[in-house]
Amino acid sequence: MTQNGVGALLISLRKVTKTYGEGTATVQALNGVDLDIGQGEFVAIMGPSGSGKSTALNILGCLDAPSSGHYLFRDIEVDALTRNQRALLRRYYLGFVFQGFNLLSRTSAQENVELPLLYRGEDAVHRHDASRRALAQVGLTGWEHHTPAELSGGQQQRVAIARAIATQPLVLLADEPTGNLDSKRGHEIMELLVSLNRDQGITVIMVTHEPDMAAYASRVVRFADGNVDSDSMKVAA
Amino acid sequence: MNQMLLNALLLALRAIRRNLMRSFLTVLGIVIGVGAVITMVTLGNGATRMVSDQISSLGSNLLILRPGQQLGPGRESAGAATFRLTDVEALQAQIPSLRAVAPVVGSRVTLVVGSQNWSSQVSGTNNAYFTAGNWKIAAGRSFEEDEETAGKAVCVIGDTVRKQLFGSASPLGGELRVKNFTCVVVGLLAAKGQGAMGQDQDDVVLMPIRTVQRRLTGNQDVSTVMLSMRDGANTDQVMVQIRRLMRERRKLAESEEDNFNVMDTKQIAETLSGTIRTMTGLLGAVAAVSLLVGGIGIMNIMLVSVTERTREIGIRLAIGALEHEVLLQFLIEAVVLSALGGLIGITLAFVACLGLTALMNMPFLFNPGINLLAFVFSAVIGIVFGYMPARRAASLDPIVALRYE
Repeated sequence: MTQNGVGALLISLRKVTKTYGEGTATVQALNGVDLDIGQGEFVAIMGPSGSGKSTALNILGCLDAPSSGHYLFRDIEVDALTRNQRALLRRYYLGFVFQGFNLLSRTSAQENVELPLLYRGEDAVHRHDASRRALAQVGLTGWEHHTPAELSGGQQQRVAIARAIATQPLVLLADEPTGNLDSKRGHEIMELLVSLNRDQGITVIMVTHEPDMAAYASRVVRFADGNVDSDSMKVAA
Repeated sequence: MNQMLLNALLLALRAIRRNLMRSFLTVLGIVIGVGAVITMVTLGNGATRMVSDQISSLGSNLLILRPGQQLGPGRESAGAATFRLTDVEALQAQIPSLRAVAPVVGSRVTLVVGSQNWSSQVSGTNNAYFTAGNWKIAAGRSFEEDEETAGKAVCVIGDTVRKQLFGSASPLGGELRVKNFTCVVVGLLAAKGQGAMGQDQDDVVLMPIRTVQRRLTGNQDVSTVMLSMRDGANTDQVMVQIRRLMRERRKLAESEEDNFNVMDTKQIAETLSGTIRTMTGLLGAVAAVSLLVGGIGIMNIMLVSVTERTREIGIRLAIGALEHEVLLQFLIEAVVLSALGGLIGITLAFVACLGLTALMNMPFLFNPGINLLAFVFSAVIGIVFGYMPARRAASLDPIVALRYE
C-alpha cells in the first residue's frame, strides 16, 4: 500500500452492518463490509442504486453510526463514540461535499466557508485569511461576497469544496459531487479534487455512478448488495 | 465557553440579517401584540382615574333635587312643577344634615365684551353654590348679601369664559353684556377642567338667582336644587327626609308618585367609573386577542421556515457543530427577536399613550405590571416557537436533517 504516495492506514471498517427500519420493514443497507483506506488515497466508490455506497460514505464520514461491526479512524474506535464525539471528529478531521451543494442560502460565499472555522473557535482574522485562501484555491477569488443564488452550480460546488478544505481536513468525503453539474463543470471539479489529493495529500473518498468521473480516482471500490464487490487499484501511468 | 457564546451570538445575528423578512415579521407580530395590550390597558386606567378625580371635583356628599320622576324608560319628567325659593329655604331650615342648599336656574345666552362674544351657560344661584359645587374663588369675591336679595347685576365667571372674553386682561370689574343688561364681574372661579361627561365645567357664569329670574327667565322658578350634606351624614336618611319634606310641600297624596327626584352624584360617578372599568376590561380582552394573533403569526412564520431551518441545521451538524451549539444559536436568535419586538412595542405604546392621553385630557398612568406581562408573554411565544422546531431538528441525525423535505 505504498503506491502513489499512499501512506499509513487511515480508515478501517471490519464487518460493518447497517440496518434501517424495524420489524418486517427492515432494510439491510450494509452487510458485513471490510474496507481499508490509506492516507493520501483517492478512492471512488461505485455501484448501482441501493448497493449501500452512500450508506458506507455516511458511516465513513461519521454522519451515521454502524449497526454493528467496527470502524477504526486512525486509532479512534468510531463505533464507540457518542453523537457529540462524532461531531468533533467531523469538525477536526473531515470535510464534506454533497451532490446538492448544501450551502447556507442568502449567505455570502465567504461566510459559508468561514462556518466550520467558526465552530472550531478560530478568531476572526484567521477565519478571514483561511476562507480567502480556500476560495482562491478553488478559483473563486473575487466571488467572496456573492450568495449561492448569484453563483452557477459549478461555482456553488467550488464554494462547498472551499468550505470543506478551509479547515485542512485529513479526509474529504464527496457524495456524487458532480451529480448536479454538466459534464464540463464535472470534469473541472474532478480536476480540482485530484489536485487537492496530489498537492496537499488530502485523502479523498468519493461516491459516484459516472465511470468517467471515477476514472480520476486511483482506486475504485464497487459495491453490490451491501458489500464490497470489487476493489481495483489503478496502475500508475 | 465564553468563546462559544460569542460565536453563537455572531451566528444568530448573521441568521437574523440574512432572513430579514422572516425576522421583520416575527418582530412585527410581537410589536403589534405588546403595543395594543399596553395602550388599551393604560388608556383604560387613565379614564378610570379621570372619572375618580371628577368624583372628588364634584364636591363631596352632593345630592341633586330635580322636578319630575326619576329618569328612565317610560317615565315622564316634563311638565312637573318646578321649585320655588321658599322650598330652598324650607330645606335649609328643616333638615339639619344639609350644610349648603343652592337653588339653580340656568339659561344659555350670548355674552359680549367689547368686540368679543361667547355663548355660555348662565346660572342663577346663591353663595351656597360654591360650597355645594366645590368651587373655589381664584380672584375677587363671591356675592354679597344685598346683591343676592336685591338681584343686582353682578357675576362670577369660570376660567373658560375669562379666556374667551377677557384674554389675558383681568376680568375683575369688567362689564359683561348679557342680553339687554350689563353685569359687573366681581369674581373668578378656579379652573376645574373637564367634567365626567366630557363637558367643560369652566364654561359657566354665576349670578344671584333673583337677577337671573328677573332679567333672563322672567319667572320665579327654580329648576334644580343642589344639596350638600354635612360630613358623616347618612345619605339614605337625608334622601328620605328630603323626599318627605318635598311630598308634604307639594301636597302629594299617599297614592301619588313623586313628581320630583333626588340623585346622589357620588353614586352616579361610581356607576360611571364602574362602567369604564368594564370597558377597559373589554378593550384589554380585545387587545389580548391581538397579542394571541400576533403569537400565532409568529408560530406560522417559524413553522413555514422549518424545512429550510432543518436543512440548515443538518449542514451545521455535518460540518462539525455540536447539538447544543446549534440550539444556543437558535435560542439567542429567538430571544433577540422577541426582546427587540417587545421593546419596540413598549416604546410605541408609550408614545401612543402619551399622545392619546394628551388628546383626550386624561392622566397618563404608566403601568409597569402590564408592560412586564405583555413583554414576558410575547417573549415566551417568540422563544417557544423559534426554539422548539430547532430543538427537534437538532436532535435528528445530520443525514436525516440534510435530506429533510
